[in-house]
Amino acid sequence: MDRLKQRELLHLLEEDSRMSAEQIGKMIGEPTEIVEQTIAALEAEKVIVKYPALVNWERVDDHPYVNAMIDVKVTPKRDVGFDEVAERICRFPEVKAVYLMSGASYDLSIILEGKTMKEVATFVSQKLSTLDSVVSTATHFILKRYKHDGIELEDRDEDHRMVVTP
Amino acid sequence: MSTQVKVKNRLSSTVQSLKPSGIRRFFDLAASMEGVISLGVGEPDFVTPWRMREASISSLERGHTAYTSNAGMLPLRVEIQKYLEERFSVSYHPETEILVTVGASEAIDIALRAILDPGDEVLVVEPCYVSYEPVIRLAGGVPVFLKTTMENQFKLTPQELETHITARTKAIIFCYPNNPTGGTMTAEEWKTLLPIIEKHDLMVISDEIYAELTYGRMHDSIAALPGMKDRTILISGFSKAFAMTGWRLGYVCASPDLLAGMLKIHQYTMLCAPTMAQMAALEALRHGRSDMERMIESYRQRRNYVVDGFRHIGLTCHEPDGAFYAFPSVVSTGLSSSEFAEKLLMEEKVAVVPGDVFGESGKGHIRCSYATSMEQLKKALERMERLMGRLS
Repeated sequence: MDRLKQRELLHLLEEDSRMSAEQIGKMIGEPTEIVEQTIAALEAEKVIVKYPALVNWERVDDHPYVNAMIDVKVTPKRDVGFDEVAERICRFPEVKAVYLMSGASYDLSIILEGKTMKEVATFVSQKLSTLDSVVSTATHFILKRYKHDGIELEDRDEDHRMVVTP
Repeated sequence: MSTQVKVKNRLSSTVQSLKPSGIRRFFDLAASMEGVISLGVGEPDFVTPWRMREASISSLERGHTAYTSNAGMLPLRVEIQKYLEERFSVSYHPETEILVTVGASEAIDIALRAILDPGDEVLVVEPCYVSYEPVIRLAGGVPVFLKTTMENQFKLTPQELETHITARTKAIIFCYPNNPTGGTMTAEEWKTLLPIIEKHDLMVISDEIYAELTYGRMHDSIAALPGMKDRTILISGFSKAFAMTGWRLGYVCASPDLLAGMLKIHQYTMLCAPTMAQMAALEALRHGRSDMERMIESYRQRRNYVVDGFRHIGLTCHEPDGAFYAFPSVVSTGLSSSEFAEKLLMEEKVAVVPGDVFGESGKGHIRCSYATSMEQLKKALERMERLMGRLS
């Protein structure tokens, strides 16, 4: 499959990962087997990493859910720089994302998910702050998510068109 | 005692003679039902990209609420000139050859009114947009229809063109890529028609509103061919390519004498196109290319999907190269296009438009717009397959 079609395939899967190889094949004009082979190759090359569902947990009743963004200042180490501490932080299951930042007064940005604010606070005070390289932390709780991964979570545009038009 | 006014006498005979739109009739039927999946919509399913909406809001905040010049804001006409030259290799002077209109619909109207004298004949390539015939009649002209067929991918042939030319023929009007068939014409195909157009000194009204929506190749404008610019009135707009239907913004390009004629009608009727819509259009041309490309890619994918789907359920369908309509034949079911469309709506709640509302050549076909979500398309095809199963 050529690179342009491969890119199209990736866009389609990113939009809806439940789309079948047959349907994708029809849409981009390739046989189903070629689509299947290409997807398998992209998975093997780690271009496609995972097929997650984007869940708006705020709409799920009785599901305690807190997101926090934590700015972390660290002391880099000789030879390994920020990598060692970043990798260590990555291993905590409640940590959803870790980024090394530029232009900020801190070094690492961490996105954390917990059931309650207390759980997040406990993680920061007992696990994160106690790491040798961590100099300081600042925790920001996310109050409401309006857009995530390119998707607007509230008030999505509906089809306001008439049923039949010229 | 009140005197009853005879309404019939208050309307002109031309207006009285106009038939109501077949689309409208079908719309009323579909609108009265719940849970209808619509393939009857002739407009993009995308909301106007935010950057255009934002540009318009920002212009309002800055107080740009006054008239613009009759022909439209000059910066917008300059952008239109650059855009047409870059995309379709046609060059018009922004100050004397481009006029911004209230949608392509107004452009068609003023083009016909500017060139027609009573009784002049206008050749109309069928199946066609429902407005051409009434607008020609309102301008005092007489429409003469040229047929195209699915076997010929709905392309106009030299034979069909030449057969219908008379001493009263003034112009020819067409829309390629075509609504409702999705048919297109290549430069080579246009070239076979040029000797006839030149021999009979015809004017050409080329409605290119779907020019950006071509799949697999670029649109070929007839105006770009040698010797054609002077006799062509090129019409386009922002509705389809930029998903800006409700903004009502189009444009017409023609040689200075023709444009001056159209400008007269425009300034006495519309005066100018809405300012806030012009601001949005300016943004669309300057920065909206990537939004447009994203939408076109999506239309192409959906076209592939529905055409394959129609063929799979037993409806013959040519592969449309442009616009966002498929025009499958329902002849094999033994039903007329209206009967099929009505049955599909009443029994399976899928709205399509019967092909015969687009003229005689549309008989036996249905127009299906694939400008709707994949989920809806999938459901519509499942429902159509059920109906086909009962009909076989």
